[in-house]
Amino acid sequence: MARQSGSIAASVSERGAHRAERRGSALLDVADLSVTFAHRGAPTVHAVDGVSFTVDEGEVVGLVGESGCGKSVTSLAIMGLLPRRGVQVSGRAVFDGRDLLTLSDDEMRDIRGRDIAMIFQDPLSSLNPIVPIGVQVAEVLIRHRKLDRAEARRESAELLDRVGIPDPQRRLREYPHQLSGGMRQRALIAMAVACRPRLLIADEPTTALDVTIQAQILELLKSLVRESGTALIMITHDLGVVAGMCDTINVLYAGRVVETASRRPLFAEPRHPYTVGLLGSIPRLDGAREDKLRPIPGSVRDVLPWPDGCAFAPRCDRRVDACVGEPPAMTAAPGGRAYRCVNPVLAVTTPPAALAKEQP
Amino acid sequence: MSVLTPGRKVEKLDRLAELAAAPAHERGASLWREAWRRLRHNPSAIVGAAILGLFVLVAAFGPFFVPYGPTDTIGVASGEVRPAAGVIPGPSAEHWLGYDHLGRDEFSRMVVGARQTLLVGVVATLIGMTAGCILGGIAGAAQGLGGRWGRRVDTVLMRAVDMMLALPSLLLAISIAALLGPSLTTVMIAVGAIAVPIFARLLRGSMIAQATSEYVLAATALGVRKHRIALSHIVPNSLAPVLVQMTLTLATAIIEAAALSFLGLGNPDPSTPEWGKMLADAQRYIEISPGLAIYPATAIIVTAFGFTLLGEAMREALDPKLRT
Repeated sequence: MARQSGSIAASVSERGAHRAERRGSALLDVADLSVTFAHRGAPTVHAVDGVSFTVDEGEVVGLVGESGCGKSVTSLAIMGLLPRRGVQVSGRAVFDGRDLLTLSDDEMRDIRGRDIAMIFQDPLSSLNPIVPIGVQVAEVLIRHRKLDRAEARRESAELLDRVGIPDPQRRLREYPHQLSGGMRQRALIAMAVACRPRLLIADEPTTALDVTIQAQILELLKSLVRESGTALIMITHDLGVVAGMCDTINVLYAGRVVETASRRPLFAEPRHPYTVGLLGSIPRLDGAREDKLRPIPGSVRDVLPWPDGCAFAPRCDRRVDACVGEPPAMTAAPGGRAYRCVNPVLAVTTPPAALAKEQP
Repeated sequence: MSVLTPGRKVEKLDRLAELAAAPAHERGASLWREAWRRLRHNPSAIVGAAILGLFVLVAAFGPFFVPYGPTDTIGVASGEVRPAAGVIPGPSAEHWLGYDHLGRDEFSRMVVGARQTLLVGVVATLIGMTAGCILGGIAGAAQGLGGRWGRRVDTVLMRAVDMMLALPSLLLAISIAALLGPSLTTVMIAVGAIAVPIFARLLRGSMIAQATSEYVLAATALGVRKHRIALSHIVPNSLAPVLVQMTLTLATAIIEAAALSFLGLGNPDPSTPEWGKMLADAQRYIEISPGLAIYPATAIIVTAFGFTLLGEAMREALDPKLRT
């Protein structure tokens, strides 16, 4: 779980500055979501600090950022899966007209798996090692769709078939350790889509898999989403994953959204220096040999607490005096995009030919 | 390069053939089956199992085949045994382990005593395991999944368990047995009671560890209800250490049951053979016939050793760290 260190005092919320032009009825509307971890004897940690974004029906939204930027915590908070003790969640997460953060445990349990499902990072540890795959898939069907065992079994086989697991009848009887990594993730995806949820949250679904399998799993997710009209929140640190499938991308840094844009504008003209840095640190096969990777200097630990200025400032090469002192506000820009930067990378400074190899 | 002797080679080929012949869906199979496979290849498990197999066979069928009645004082009747005069004949062709102090056939008594010992050991362990697992299961589920109230339930239960654990086990057993009056049931309950806190702690700890695992989070994310998560996900994954502890508890239960009988808290009927009681009886005649003490003592030790060997081997076989 991503936890950001730092000691932000009172978080300055900028409710809705950039959300003015949002459409009226989103499937999921996360507004000013904050999560703080307070353990006795340890400094309070603001893992998520006023995150806002929306997901429309059938839309694929990316949450992108380095580890520790709060992406996973955001998703767990939406699902109500964070531990109660020492964790404080505030803000709103309105799904289909209901604020998920205020629902009772029972109501939330009914929504989980049926309306919103989640796919986790490590498929091996997300499956119960001593229960056959079939039983685990059937469990969801019995729970939410009230099928009896025989029906659930039949349906499970169909589901495995749908997610591209060959010989599903046999696989249903097998245990997680008998399946390959890709198969396991497919099985988990089958469990997640078993009840045709309206929203799917995939938390780094391909990180634990090898590269060839990653592509297959992404392809599978893409086709499932397309066929069923399920909305998808794609949580990843890999902009390559995002490029292939997301409609809208939210870049997170130190618990806040620093840039929101549709896929094309984001990749073509990134505004926030952090986004630029992320794009610059993707290895390119077609780059010239002498092209070095340009990692972002420093690490997520080198943050400035948001109230004192831009958290990215210590690592930023476009830093100006205005970066420090007060947190930069979300600036709305044409095309529904917004960024949180006082000295953004502007399109005019970016010759189109050098898009991928961003300056400065 | 190492040379494969024909024997080793055959062994390897056999293993390969076995693997190839097994249907694919059985080849790796469940973790329990994997543990079983490892257990079969562990020499100390085999020795332990052999001892226990023999013990169980003797306990189950031995009493039907004993040469003499275990309570028949044949030695006194025939005049061969005169304890007052210090005459207790040792092993002979007719009486393999000799006579005891009342002229009964020691071998027959040993065999019949095995049944009593096994019965007490198994029943006591089952009592302890059942009660302990219920306690530990409730505490573990409450702590792992029950939120704030669950943690309180867990705290109350575990403090009670800690109190039991704080008392020396044999002392506790003696107090319980003394409270209930000497009888076979008493021994079973007393020996079972001292195993309760161990099982409770074990299952609880194992369940709490499982409750924070990823697959529980994943099941929660799919809306699976808490009681179902506890029963069908957490408990089955937490049982391996309980199973190991059961085997080890059988060993201590046999020793403790013998100790209680030795102290006169066991079956009040003096004629019923029981190893601990036989050991107690033998004390007075240890100078005349030391064998009378050695036989039951050896039997107790070997049996307990068998359970311990098997238990340790099971622990190794089920250890997730050693899993391939």
